[in-house]
Amino acid sequence: MLIIDCPYCGPRPELEFAHGGQAHIARPADPSQTTDDEWTEYLYLRVNTKGVYAERWRHARGCGRFFNALRDTTTDQFLATYRSGEKPPVGSAARSAP
Amino acid sequence: MQKFSAWSLLKEAFGSHLGWKSQWRRAAPKAEYDAVIVGGGGHGLGAAYYLAAEHGLTNIAVVEKGWIGGGNTGRNTTIIRSNYLFDESAALYDHSLKLWEDLSQVLNYNTMFSPRGVMMLAHTVHDIQVIKRHVHANRGNGVDNAWLTPEEAKAFCPILNIEKNIRYPVLGAALQRRGGTARHDTVAWGYARAADALGVDIIENCEVTGIRRDASGAVEGLDTTRGVIRTRKVGVSAAGHTSVVLGFAGVKLPLESFPLQALVSEPVKPLMPCVVMSNTIHAYMSQSDKGELVIGAGTDAYNSYTQRGALHINTHTLEAICELFPMVRRLKMLRNWGGIVDVTPDRSPIIAKTPVKGLYVNCGWGTGGFKATPGSAHVFAHTIARDEPHPINAPFTIERFRDGQLIDEAAAAAVAH
Repeated sequence: MLIIDCPYCGPRPELEFAHGGQAHIARPADPSQTTDDEWTEYLYLRVNTKGVYAERWRHARGCGRFFNALRDTTTDQFLATYRSGEKPPVGSAARSAP
Repeated sequence: MQKFSAWSLLKEAFGSHLGWKSQWRRAAPKAEYDAVIVGGGGHGLGAAYYLAAEHGLTNIAVVEKGWIGGGNTGRNTTIIRSNYLFDESAALYDHSLKLWEDLSQVLNYNTMFSPRGVMMLAHTVHDIQVIKRHVHANRGNGVDNAWLTPEEAKAFCPILNIEKNIRYPVLGAALQRRGGTARHDTVAWGYARAADALGVDIIENCEVTGIRRDASGAVEGLDTTRGVIRTRKVGVSAAGHTSVVLGFAGVKLPLESFPLQALVSEPVKPLMPCVVMSNTIHAYMSQSDKGELVIGAGTDAYNSYTQRGALHINTHTLEAICELFPMVRRLKMLRNWGGIVDVTPDRSPIIAKTPVKGLYVNCGWGTGGFKATPGSAHVFAHTIARDEPHPINAPFTIERFRDGQLIDEAAAAAVAH
């Protein structure tokens, strides 16, 4: 089981969290001007990274808040967690997991 | 190819079994092929076999990063059924089930296909409604599926607990009698042997590291760890790593890769005559010919490429198994493992052309691709050879997500399946 460092509550077991999928996907600003291909990109297409991946988690059985994390999908090692609205920590994407 | 028969067995027995030859050649990559399949699992090897056997393409190769059948083909729980809700799915999975029925004879290789019946349990009123809807839809599509009362379910699978005092009591079940199991390794080996006999090169330890394209953007070759292979047609059948391979050609897919786990118990005498599945409490179990109980657990909540899953996922499944089958409570678990499955948003596969000319993809089988191996391989070969889909896989495009033509088995089953 993963130990996930909630930026609001600290480290907690994975069972307290719900996974929220790929992070930093912005809903199209003007839906009426958005093409079918752009909707497809927003709704369905995912990077599915093998390596360092930015994702959302929700501390569903804790504070209830969403936050973002960088995790290496080849090791499941968390490199960083950060609050929603913040940018990924600089340089962290380049950090290799041990 | 050395043909297997009672006669050849007898002959080799008199020769102390020293006359058996390798089942397929250890091929090295040639400079150029008419088509290359990426991924040496059941789906990829099957596609190569059908390309050679039915479409006359014999100058082809299968490239595999590890060893053949070492990915999800060797890691699944071998359940075969075709009782899917939607017409498109029923056509695809039943096409596959029909191919399973005489696959051993066609390949001259015993796949140990055993149509022992697949039973899916209902535990809530919602389950009863959903499963009965499936039964009626299946029968409308010519797919056998029958509703059983709890007593009938227990008569078919005597170790099932139908007491009312458990957390999710069995309220009924659907039974597909034509469903069952097969030995997973033999599917890869049987297809590999038959394809090899038709001249297909099976190249193991050969990882694709890039897709080469000409000035018009069409595929012209593959970069691999064993050198450059020139080809105009590439069929990708790479399961959990499909996003990685298609990323080489800049194609983004509606896929996410998750670890899915399975486990087996110590071997015991025959106690379970069929496959039992429960979507609601997520547990399924059957007994292998060796006597091990083969148990399927769920996927982890997050996408990952680790080929292992969290222990609490297995614990959750085993709690359900112990309640449904109290007599197995004291069995020890022997092994558990994980495989990486590629999941689409509607839980239906993609077997289609891609926006890149000469690049074809068979992916998105999620947690249930083994059952579809022959059918998927058959229609994928058709798609590659003719550069157009077979009528059965025509609805399973990438564009269905853009066009709103989802084949939404995810919503139909309400869980992964």
